[in-house]
Amino acid sequence: MLERLYKYAAPHQFFALSRALTPWFGGAAAALLAVGLAGALWFAPPDYQQGESVRIIYVHVPAAWMSLFVYVVLAAAGITGLVWNVKVADALARASAPLGASFTLLALATGSLWGKPMWGTWWVWDARLTSELILLFLYLGYIALQGAIEDTRMAARAGAVLAAIGLVNIPIIHYSVEWWSTLHQGPTITRFDAPAIHASMLVPLLIMALGFKAFYAATALVRMRCELLESECNSAWVTELGSGGK
Amino acid sequence: MNSLREFLHMGGYWLYVWGAYGLTAVVLLWNAVAPMLRERSLLQDVAARAAAGRIQ
Repeated sequence: MLERLYKYAAPHQFFALSRALTPWFGGAAAALLAVGLAGALWFAPPDYQQGESVRIIYVHVPAAWMSLFVYVVLAAAGITGLVWNVKVADALARASAPLGASFTLLALATGSLWGKPMWGTWWVWDARLTSELILLFLYLGYIALQGAIEDTRMAARAGAVLAAIGLVNIPIIHYSVEWWSTLHQGPTITRFDAPAIHASMLVPLLIMALGFKAFYAATALVRMRCELLESECNSAWVTELGSGGK
Repeated sequence: MNSLREFLHMGGYWLYVWGAYGLTAVVLLWNAVAPMLRERSLLQDVAARAAAGRIQ
């Protein structure tokens, strides 16, 4: 198992594997998002308090979950690259940043679009919203850092340190609704007892969440290949790829 | 027809609901397409460089 993992850590092996996997994740994402969308917009019932505006949660919650998940992946990949000098891990960290930033932006924007009719305001400086905004700045800082440092290895190292420090923010975001009194509602699904949400709403939400995950996997794989093509442009396997090799 | 209008109206929240879904669609589509275009152009560069290498 470890040996196989080791094998795919080699950029050219990973490149071939990634090309084989991308259509599967892409197809899964398209199918899950199509089914999830039908469930979210049509089959799920309107909320008895929020009416039809509750449908925003089917994109808001998956985006918010992904914003945290992608950050943890980014930081873990960055640290792996930093400690064991794994090029594929560095590529994963770099590939994750724009996706994570996109999910964070979506979480904030869709939350705002829900907040206006429900809370009566686009934005409040409460703990959940502020810590999620800080997450967006962490992603943007990471991206800016990658752009500012010419040498890919150096950029990856600096990025890994930044990402590792920023990890502190992740539990803060998650527990913010419990630690502070916030306008944002508490956890509904990730509670230790049964989720406080009916199956007719939970099922489309989970399908959308899986769709977002598959989407991340598919697009991160493509971005990783781009990163490897750039950072490995002088290596033999890339030249071989260019001269019509597989 | 009436049910379609009702659906699009989203109980009066159409601007917020469709705004959220529209924005999500745009951001996800950009994230899907941009890396594919970038990979294609990178692969073309690599092929061009390999071709140039053969001529020399």
